[in-house]
Amino acid sequence: MLHSKVLVAAAAAALTIGAGPVAAKKMYGPGVTDTEIKIGNINPYSGPASAYGAIGKGIAAYFKMVNDNGGINGRKIDFISLDDGYSPPKAVEAARELVEKDQVLFIFQSLGTPSNTAIHKYMNAKKVPQLFVATGAGKWNDPKHFHWTMGWQPSYPGEAEIYAAWLLKNKPNAKVGILYQNDDYGKDYLDGFLKGLGANAKTMVVAKESYEVTDPTVDSQIIKLKDSGADTFFNITTPKFAAQAIRKAYDSGWKPLQFLNNVSSAIGSVLKPAGFEQSTGLITTVYQMDYSDPQFKDDPAMKAWDAWMDKYMPGADKTNGNYIYAYNVAYSMVQVLKQAGDDLTRENVMKQAANLKQVKVPLLLPGITLDTSPTDYAPIQCEQLAKFDGKEWHRFGDVICPK
Amino acid sequence: MDARSNAKTRELAALASGAKLSKSQLVGLALALLAALALPWFISDYRNFQFTLAISYAMAVLGLNILIGYNGQFSLGHAAFYAIGAYTAAIMMEQGGIAYYWTIPVAGLVCLLAGFLFGLPALRLEGLYLALATFALSLATPQMLKYDAISRWTGGVQGVTITKPDPPFGLPMSQDQWLYLFSLAVVLVLFVCAWNLLRGRTGRALKAIRDNPIAASAMGVNTALYKSLTFGVSALYTGIAGALGAIAIQFVAPDTFNFFLSIAFLVGVVIGGLASIPGAVFGGLVIVFIPNFAEQVSKAAPWAIYGTVLILFMYFMPAGIWGFIRMLYAKLIKKARVGGSDPRTR
Amino acid sequence: MDLFLQQTFDGLAFGGIYACVALAVVMIYQATDHLNFAQGEMAMFSTYIAFALLHHGVPYWWTFLLTMAISFIGGVLVERIIVRPVEGTTVLNEVIVFIGLLAIFNSLAGWIWDYTIKPFPSPFPDKAPLGVTFIGPHDFGVIGVTLVVLAAVFLFFRFTPVGLAMRAAAQNPDSARLVGIRVGWMLALGWGLAAAIGSVAGMMVAPIVFLEPNMMMGILVYGFAGALLGGISNPVGAVAGGFMVGVLENWVGTYVPFVGSELKLTVALVLIVTVLVFRPSGLFGHVVVRRV
Repeated sequence: MLHSKVLVAAAAAALTIGAGPVAAKKMYGPGVTDTEIKIGNINPYSGPASAYGAIGKGIAAYFKMVNDNGGINGRKIDFISLDDGYSPPKAVEAARELVEKDQVLFIFQSLGTPSNTAIHKYMNAKKVPQLFVATGAGKWNDPKHFHWTMGWQPSYPGEAEIYAAWLLKNKPNAKVGILYQNDDYGKDYLDGFLKGLGANAKTMVVAKESYEVTDPTVDSQIIKLKDSGADTFFNITTPKFAAQAIRKAYDSGWKPLQFLNNVSSAIGSVLKPAGFEQSTGLITTVYQMDYSDPQFKDDPAMKAWDAWMDKYMPGADKTNGNYIYAYNVAYSMVQVLKQAGDDLTRENVMKQAANLKQVKVPLLLPGITLDTSPTDYAPIQCEQLAKFDGKEWHRFGDVICPK
Repeated sequence: MDARSNAKTRELAALASGAKLSKSQLVGLALALLAALALPWFISDYRNFQFTLAISYAMAVLGLNILIGYNGQFSLGHAAFYAIGAYTAAIMMEQGGIAYYWTIPVAGLVCLLAGFLFGLPALRLEGLYLALATFALSLATPQMLKYDAISRWTGGVQGVTITKPDPPFGLPMSQDQWLYLFSLAVVLVLFVCAWNLLRGRTGRALKAIRDNPIAASAMGVNTALYKSLTFGVSALYTGIAGALGAIAIQFVAPDTFNFFLSIAFLVGVVIGGLASIPGAVFGGLVIVFIPNFAEQVSKAAPWAIYGTVLILFMYFMPAGIWGFIRMLYAKLIKKARVGGSDPRTR
Repeated sequence: MDLFLQQTFDGLAFGGIYACVALAVVMIYQATDHLNFAQGEMAMFSTYIAFALLHHGVPYWWTFLLTMAISFIGGVLVERIIVRPVEGTTVLNEVIVFIGLLAIFNSLAGWIWDYTIKPFPSPFPDKAPLGVTFIGPHDFGVIGVTLVVLAAVFLFFRFTPVGLAMRAAAQNPDSARLVGIRVGWMLALGWGLAAAIGSVAGMMVAPIVFLEPNMMMGILVYGFAGALLGGISNPVGAVAGGFMVGVLENWVGTYVPFVGSELKLTVALVLIVTVLVFRPSGLFGHVVVRRV
């Protein structure tokens, strides 16, 4: 009895010593094995925001390509994406299922400000990374209080401040009318813009109109804005309403200097339906390439994206800017995991995410890279102003990086 | 509703509801209760959370059932009362620092008042028109909750995050287990109250108003008062459900409480079993678990699966899940009895 | 004054859409005694079918007629196959089936044609006739089309034997059967016609709001409101109701001072409900007296 026990113990000791150095390097958090990494995601595949479900599909397709090419450091990605219907209670349910039942290593690109707000405290309490969230709300860049949450895209208030700064410099006597969606996203842009104008906001902003996502059109609001005498228009709308607003403004004979929020700046899915003539003169900020923009037609990164779309998302609408976004953000994720190497604990994933130095992403505009640090949780802060000339977004000025 | 439809409703409702409990039913009830109490220790925290949500929705479904099933008034606006309950809890807990258990009675009272006040003008409206008025309430609710002037309390578009309560007296259980038991306790108390209410004179008055309002008022039932009160009570139940839900989810946001939620409650009422208290339990489970099931079947078109499931339920279980169970049970009884006809199987 | 006129005409233009939807709602109500929640999604789906036809090069007016025909057949099939099994049961069961249909149509449209917005052409010329400038040519056309459809529906119910048979079948199926009316097929016919009218509404609205799966959701509610405001038993009333809702919405948003656009929806609906409280059968509906 004792004899065999000693043998077993000795064998175990031998194995441990023999496997010593290699075993010590591999550190795994939940959801990680030698051959796979489990990544969780929450996207709206149903409900009022189902248009954004394209992002989840795009990311899944990108990870499939990565897996087909051998995975990351020999590990394939098991991408588990759940539908929350853009509803916070469902998002909480989904997050808990991913963390507690599926035991994912982290949650990546959960979409929507309300959904992410709902799981914010939970993720940080459970110490699970809430990485590269798909929303531009200003509140995700708070490493001191929320160590485990990080955004990815340029923040909405940051973008609005760029427009405000430009106005203060180039058109200080502007009379601004604002159309905004009456929710977290719209208010975030609005508040950022007003903050950017500072004391001048009171005199410069002559009209503010809101709309609900459930409204059929924004025509009535545009009429009111035109009537207010505004000569500058800040258009804070999601794609469908952006197209409506652009067209109605044109049709009603109102030709203001128009700033369009980046969320709705895709040429194929917004400007084309609105009309290229109607959209000429629009100003936005850009940080990604646009497939419908002729200036990128021969870019090798764009060609690679095109080929990827053909192979992994056949039949999908290439003019849908969500697929460019998905590609970029999935690439960023893979970079972080590559940096993590074999130390795939939640702590290290977070550490690597907070350690991105001038990382180039294929379809980001030249001059714009990912940069993070333990005190800076905003990977992309740089954007450039661009004006639509009827065919493409023509970038002007310098790349602006708020610091 | 025309006469034929009315008769059918009564038939289905009779099938679904049970006025008296036989001995075997009491045993069944006791077993179910025991299972519900023991559940938290056999399942993960995540499942506890789901079941706590199901309990909250079951309460809301019961509230709506009292109105539609027992009193014949139609409402597509119960998301509003759920919202009022949820926000009452959130504001009390986060702005007022008040303990979570006090939010339950307050939410109930606030909604009782709100429901009663809404029920008064609604008295003049019947069927379709009441449906539209309540639907309008559902549509307007998110906008009202986002209104800037009150955003200091409601959090405006951002909503309010709630801190999760801990089990009292340092009991050896997780927060989720405690919340489940707490919600279960609240709901049990209120379910028993509802059962008592609907069984007695008030219940008969309500059903009389539902089946034949003219005759009811001719017989001396104060139709107007009862109808408004029913709205109030129905809102009370749904409001408390909202408070429980808010505490479980730890977050309230205005756009959640939209007409889709009102429709979800309606779906719960009908699929669970119209005019039945056990039906409400199934209704709550339906609201939580069918969307998940639909998503597992098809990621590309989950709503299509959800819609198909709804339609299939209506084909094969027109009296709801509870009605179906009762029907099965009645058939079993009939087979067990030799000769003799059981009036309940008719 | 200019703002007032602009908002009024814009309200009328959109009211035309609501009126068209209200007509479809009235049609199905007259034919089946129920409100079909899935009406909007079916109209949206029909519009996608039109979009597909246009994409394949079918000229506009042929597409229009073909879509109406396909929608008609689709409506009949939906009634015969999907709605029939629950027709004998309660109103609530049917409502759940309608909700199911709503979910299915919405999801299928998104799955087949995805969620990016698609421009849909307007058949109307670039300039409105009679030199009208207050209102765009398309909006003018929408109002015109709505009035034509209204006239057709009105004449159908009032003056044709089929229309009369349909109304009888809806209101009193048992007696209708005794008189020899094929109640089942009357219901199917009603659904088919409502689907066809809905497709017209969809094709009229898509050029304004852009075609996408959630296009009709907001509009359907206003269509219902318009139909009920005007009186669900009265097609003319329903159309008037639709126009009123459109204009009212714009006026409230523009002129009620402390409200602005933030509570526009709330106030507009409160007003509708208030009207209903004082005139429970709608402004132009007739009161149904029930005998004890």
